[in-house]
Amino acid sequence: MSHSVVQPTPASPTPEGGHLLDVRDLHVEFRTGEGVAKVINGVSYHLDAGETLAVLGESGSGKSVTAQAIMGILDTPPAVIRSGQILYQGRDLLKQSEEQRRQVRGKEIAMIFQDALSALNPTFPVGWQIGETLRQREGMSKSDARRRSVELMDLVKIPAAAKRLGDYPHQFSGGMRQRVMIAMALAMNPKVLIADEPTTALDVTVQAQIMDLLADLRRDLNMAMILITHDLGVVAGVADRIAVMYAGRIVEHADVRSLYRAPAHPYTKGLLESIPRMDVRGQQLSTIKGLPPNLMRIPSGCPFHPRCPYVQQVCVDVVPHDLVLGDGRTSACHFAQEVRDDSAR
Amino acid sequence: MFRFVLRRLLQMVLAFFGTTLIVYALMFAGQGDPIQALAGERPVTAAQRAYLTEKFHLDQTGVGGFFYRYFDYISNLLQGDLGQSLTGRSIVDILTAAWPVTVKLALIAMAVTILFGVTAGVLAGIRRASIFDNSTLLLTLLVLGIPTIVLAPLAQYFLGVRWQLFPPTAGADPDFYALLLPGIVLGSLSLATALRLTRTSVAENLRADYVRTARSKGLVKRRIVSVHVLRNSLIPVVTFLGVELGNLMSGAIITEGVFNIPGVGFNLFRGIRTEDGPLVVGIVSVLVVVYLISNLVVDVLYAVLDPRIRYE
Amino acid sequence: MSDFETVAATENQAARRGPSGEPGAPNQVGAAQKPRSLAGDAWRDLRRKPIFWISLTLVVLVAAMAAFPGLFTANDPRDCVLARQHAGPSGGAIFGYDFQGCDTYSRAVYGARASLLVGALSALFTGLIALLVGMTAGYFGRWVDAVLSRVIDIVLGIPLLLAAIVLLKRVNSDSSTVRIAAVIFVLAVLGWTTAARVVRSSVITAKEQDYVAAARMLGAGDSRIMLRHILPNALAPAIVVLTIALGSFIAAEATLSFLGIGLKAPTISWGIDIDAGRVHMRESATPLVVPSAFLALTVLAFIMLGDAIRDAFDPKLR
Repeated sequence: MSHSVVQPTPASPTPEGGHLLDVRDLHVEFRTGEGVAKVINGVSYHLDAGETLAVLGESGSGKSVTAQAIMGILDTPPAVIRSGQILYQGRDLLKQSEEQRRQVRGKEIAMIFQDALSALNPTFPVGWQIGETLRQREGMSKSDARRRSVELMDLVKIPAAAKRLGDYPHQFSGGMRQRVMIAMALAMNPKVLIADEPTTALDVTVQAQIMDLLADLRRDLNMAMILITHDLGVVAGVADRIAVMYAGRIVEHADVRSLYRAPAHPYTKGLLESIPRMDVRGQQLSTIKGLPPNLMRIPSGCPFHPRCPYVQQVCVDVVPHDLVLGDGRTSACHFAQEVRDDSAR
Repeated sequence: MFRFVLRRLLQMVLAFFGTTLIVYALMFAGQGDPIQALAGERPVTAAQRAYLTEKFHLDQTGVGGFFYRYFDYISNLLQGDLGQSLTGRSIVDILTAAWPVTVKLALIAMAVTILFGVTAGVLAGIRRASIFDNSTLLLTLLVLGIPTIVLAPLAQYFLGVRWQLFPPTAGADPDFYALLLPGIVLGSLSLATALRLTRTSVAENLRADYVRTARSKGLVKRRIVSVHVLRNSLIPVVTFLGVELGNLMSGAIITEGVFNIPGVGFNLFRGIRTEDGPLVVGIVSVLVVVYLISNLVVDVLYAVLDPRIRYE
Repeated sequence: MSDFETVAATENQAARRGPSGEPGAPNQVGAAQKPRSLAGDAWRDLRRKPIFWISLTLVVLVAAMAAFPGLFTANDPRDCVLARQHAGPSGGAIFGYDFQGCDTYSRAVYGARASLLVGALSALFTGLIALLVGMTAGYFGRWVDAVLSRVIDIVLGIPLLLAAIVLLKRVNSDSSTVRIAAVIFVLAVLGWTTAARVVRSSVITAKEQDYVAAARMLGAGDSRIMLRHILPNALAPAIVVLTIALGSFIAAEATLSFLGIGLKAPTISWGIDIDAGRVHMRESATPLVVPSAFLALTVLAFIMLGDAIRDAFDPKLR
């Protein structure tokens, strides 16, 4: 077992032409006493080694559920995966046994969560919690795991790491707690890191620090990262590509630059227009009218049609397919071209 | 941690004086004839009257006299002098003889509670809404709803007298077997409460965010439940058990009375029935102290178990 | 003594609330559906529960017994003839006669009155004290809350049965009205704390709601805000707690009467009869079993009723 500082993972071997992680046409439902909620309705996205994909959407759009499906930590019941594939290095995780999937968790794909205070166990010291993964999964001795925990805490820039090993989560500040969470996720050098709203619960200044840390770590360790967020501002400096989710679907998928320059889906356009801009004075901030859809009764046709300024009869009747716009961009809108041209203007 | 214990200790001393003052005031204040109040409707002999007057300084009057007598009572209590019962026996002697039996009975009840209540509670919590869960819930509701004055005599009648599975009464110097049935009866209520508490706590913790984190670390389910979830869910359970042990110690009045077990509760039971005032006051005073101490121990225990309290 | 703890233990569970689970679950599920009140939901849920109907039927039955015992038995419970000692069933005495030669069944029917009276009035007074203390503490906060919370802690720290023994020992009257009043007084004085805590916490929650702030900005006074906006919020959880407490108060009355310091003859109480039946169980068990069953079923009915209502209102942990 190597005790040196974390080594960059060599670019992972992926099968010919395949992606490191490839989610294909995933469908997930929540079955409750109230009825069936269609949470994920045909989500597809992929991730290559060393890149950052941002998944953007309102709460309830299904972005976290997709991530939990990838990790295999959805609570079943009430969640049921209806269909789809989650290919990791070419193998379908959904076809694997629970034991095989457990091996993937933490070691291949790791995850950090929004609220580190509740996501960390309140009754164990942080050093113990970081080391637990190593002791349990890698069979490390107690003292080795301890040493490695200190290294990991140094890596995520927790000051006086060795001294704080025995402290409990509630003794840390919010930002430091999130760093502990990150250290824990990095313990086994995962190839993919899923960050589920990692900065939502934090102060604005701390948010930036954590995002920088994540970007640095991703680069230094050569991981791939899925960054889940509802905050467009967080994404810009960090992500390579963006997938925008609405009502359990990917409505737009593009590289960061072209998406910012000219969104091709009315929903994305609405999101961008609702961000205040520093460079424009006296602007009118627009909001997206209406409420997110009830997932038990998703509107017919395009699920965004009740809130869409571009709505036509076709939107009510026909579910839009992903329209390929070139440069690998897609948009699930009947009027994708028009929207993009409007936005570019 | 030290400061926490110190603070709690101070609180306990305050509570001790407060509670004993209340007990004392209730017993003696505003009585026409305090001696008759102690003795109830029994005639009081001249010798008893003289002894009680001397013992409780009843010749002093007014508010000052009341506090004088109160502090007298406290200092006697602290020195372990509880005086004599109306039958002329030393109350300390009575308690010394009774205590081991009560402790034995309480420990049996506690063992039953932990063995069945906590275990079943953990299982029910893990398999929430299963048949096992629903049937234990219903069963515990039944136990919670049946008062001890029903449960104890009926158990004595059916299991002891009718089917003769257990000795119906314990008598002097009871052995383990004789205490088993009373122990189960006594423990059944704590068992039901412990089971429900454990179940709720486990079920709640299983849905906690840190469980999701533990799963995403790739830990096996067994470990998640037995280390992460149990460590957190048992905090309230252990606290409850501590309080409950204090309760059980402070005299299972009904159970000991019904099964004729010569413990503390039995003596209190007899004291009430024979209207032996000094005996009742003496035992109640000691039990209040036991109760306060057990609460202190539980609080400290809680702090040991829950780091969030410890470092406040 | 643990009968008293039942109340506290079950109520604590009521007050507990878990951390919210299932993150990422569709938050807005049901958002656009027709508006439904919590009470409406709870009622739909209750209607389907057999336990609710069973316990409600029992409660109604016992209440009828307490109000009109003549409807259930024609025999006089105080008509005791020693010649009939432990005689078998005859002429309306469907469970035979007890040691004193009284009709066992008739005594059990007439026992409902004292039990229910004590239970209901104790719960009522408990509720009043709890509302007063809980609302004052919750609404005014600061030092008022600090002081009242300490008082609650202290009263909660008093072992109930021991305190009841000490208090009731001072009542030397044998008048049944005085004894019933004394038992009610003791139970209310010692039993209000858990309900007060529940009221306090729901008041604190309600106080922070926007509409209360709005009412205050519109110039509504403290008493008006408390009565119109906060009381209704505190009432529902308090009633649930008190339903369960009512069952426990009935058990407590029986326990005190059993010990000989609660109600006394000629008042007819299940506790007294259970004690009498216990002494002579070897000769005949029915005088023990019948009042035991009446008492247990009554207490159970109230506890199950309260439990079912609470579950319906707090569906989180099912």
